[in-house]
Amino acid sequence: MSVLAFIESNNGSFKKSDLEVASYAAALAAATNTEAIALVFNSDDCSPLGTYGISKALKVSTEQFNASSYAATIEVATTQEAATVLICSSSSNSKYIAPLVAASLKAAYVPNVIALPESGTYPRNVFSNKGIAHTKVNSELSIIGIAPNTYGVHENPTQINQIDFNLVSSSSKTQSTSTETASDKISIADADIVVSAGRGLKGPENWGMIEELAQVLGAATACSKPVSDMGWRPHSEHVGQTGKPVSCNLYFAIGISGAIQHLAGVSASKTKVVINTDPEAPFFKAADYGIVGDAFEVVPQLIEKLKAFKSENS
Amino acid sequence: MKILVCISNVPDTTSKINFKDNNTQFDTTAVQFVINPNDEFGLTRAMWFKEKSGASIDVISVGDASVEASLRKALAIGADAAIRIDTIPKDGFSVATEIAAVIKDKNYDLIIAGRESIDYNGGMVPGILAHLLGYEFINKCTALEVEGSTVKAEREIEGGKEVLSSSLPLVIGGQKGLVEEKDLKIPNMRGIMTARSKPLEVITPQGTAELSTDVTFDKPETKSDITMIPADQLDLLINHLHNDAKVI
Ligand SMILES: Cc1cc2nc3c(=O)[nH]c(=O)nc-3n(C[C@H](O)[C@H](O)[C@H](O)COP(=O)(O)OP(=O)(O)OC[C@H]3O[C@@H](n4cnc5c(N)ncnc54)[C@H](O)[C@@H]3O)c2cc1C
Ligand SMILES: Nc1ncnc2c1ncn2[C@@H]1O[C@H](COP(=O)(O)O)[C@@H](O)[C@H]1O
Repeated sequence: MSVLAFIESNNGSFKKSDLEVASYAAALAAATNTEAIALVFNSDDCSPLGTYGISKALKVSTEQFNASSYAATIEVATTQEAATVLICSSSSNSKYIAPLVAASLKAAYVPNVIALPESGTYPRNVFSNKGIAHTKVNSELSIIGIAPNTYGVHENPTQINQIDFNLVSSSSKTQSTSTETASDKISIADADIVVSAGRGLKGPENWGMIEELAQVLGAATACSKPVSDMGWRPHSEHVGQTGKPVSCNLYFAIGISGAIQHLAGVSASKTKVVINTDPEAPFFKAADYGIVGDAFEVVPQLIEKLKAFKSENS
Repeated sequence: MKILVCISNVPDTTSKINFKDNNTQFDTTAVQFVINPNDEFGLTRAMWFKEKSGASIDVISVGDASVEASLRKALAIGADAAIRIDTIPKDGFSVATEIAAVIKDKNYDLIIAGRESIDYNGGMVPGILAHLLGYEFINKCTALEVEGSTVKAEREIEGGKEVLSSSLPLVIGGQKGLVEEKDLKIPNMRGIMTARSKPLEVITPQGTAELSTDVTFDKPETKSDITMIPADQLDLLINHLHNDAKVI
């Protein structure tokens, strides 16, 4: 028996979400006295996973992401390693593959899990973070999707054995033809800090200071839904219940009122700072730190002070 | 082209979420139910295919009689026929299995579902359905073009998008991008009238056991109090973020 972690790797290096999956798999394996094994795509050196408690890495190399071929490869590894639990992240690719594996192996898929199981149930976010369900699995194999930045990364240095593993090809007619990613930007899903702004900014021409604040903090930029609907910012920046979910360490909401649909999508973030002219803005009820003030005055000052802070602390 | 749109009936996004019966059930008191937003984008894209190339559109929902309001709305927007599988959804696996059993002989070319329902946030029905039917599958689909049986699509990936080629028959997990907010259709009076005479077939489920069960629910801890920072004392904010929250 084993716990199998599906780990994508980013051109060979591991993201925080990968290490979180490894940490969770290792803790679950320790609790059930089994081995934590990782099926790793496209990384020559999996030793960093040993730091987080993985004792065996099955290494697969492939040119291109293909959901059905990845799913078939995971299925072979799951069977070969007699895994009873498969751990995945919440990445777009994981959420693409997990249902396919679930259907093929008749396994329960439990997404958005936020902690280790307690009394046989997995706690997971439901109703767009407005509720938590405690979910019991009725099948032999469970597929657990970890909500980002919830369980966290936990070091647990372990000797790791690395073995090559074959990719299973697929006859699927769905093929990637190209990908477009902004290489100079941090994606919202991977960012530790997100700087988000809303209709209070009045127009797209005022986003320079938002981008500068994000740059000083090493943050991703995001926006409320009307801002993307009006074309002030690209749709890829729309966060909230109907946009991208945000689950970062520090979230700045600047000129965003805090509508329930916005809050539902960002509430999983750990520390929230609100800057708003209106002391009655609902976001203040959901935030950790609040500043009642005009963004056009507060943000430029904050940028200067952060620059000074960064140069002192670097 | 024969299109099926899967509709899940979910609490309106403004709903307060509460649980009842010792926290074992979602409390629907005073909750307004609507078509899942991701399915609304999908239905609108289906209407686009219908208007452009005469595609037919069926809609399906697994649920008790209360989901018929959402199905009627979809008919009023322009779907041709509706199917309701008469059982209360238990998990994504059983929902997909019930849908697959009812439609396996209907030869749909394109099945449009949402990337996730905003209630239980499973994000699994379309993928499981695609596997059960042996159809191609694209998740988090943000653009979809069909020429004959050739498909060109886009999906969201971290920090960008991927362009894909595929072919019919296909299932997608769709979301905003398939169409924009401003394109969403609202039923007009004529649509509402004609919807009344469109077929809504109610089918008895085969009875699929669920693979997972939500045993109890609770709500996330409410926030501790906010710390207000005067707008002219931003050093204080930096200090808090560095020393207390430890996030910078
Ligand atoms: C089905 C549905 C789904 C939705 N999904 C989402 C979603 O996913 N994400 C989302 O964001 N919204 C979503 N919404 C929209 C949501 O209800 C709100 O309309 C939206 O979040 C408001 O955006 P906003 O806060 O930018 O704008 P507003 O509500 O207009 O707020 C602007 C804020 O800026 C403040 N302000 C003004 N001037 C300044 C200044 N100079 N300095 C500082 N502050 C200033 C104002 O006091 C105000 O609080 C959804 C709505 C529906 C119906
Ligand atoms: N009860 C249901 N009846 C019909 N379709 C559903 C149902 N539940 C989910 N779906 C479809 O599957 C998508 C993803 O739902 P889920 O897997 O529940 O997050 C939804 O957007 C719908 O298109």
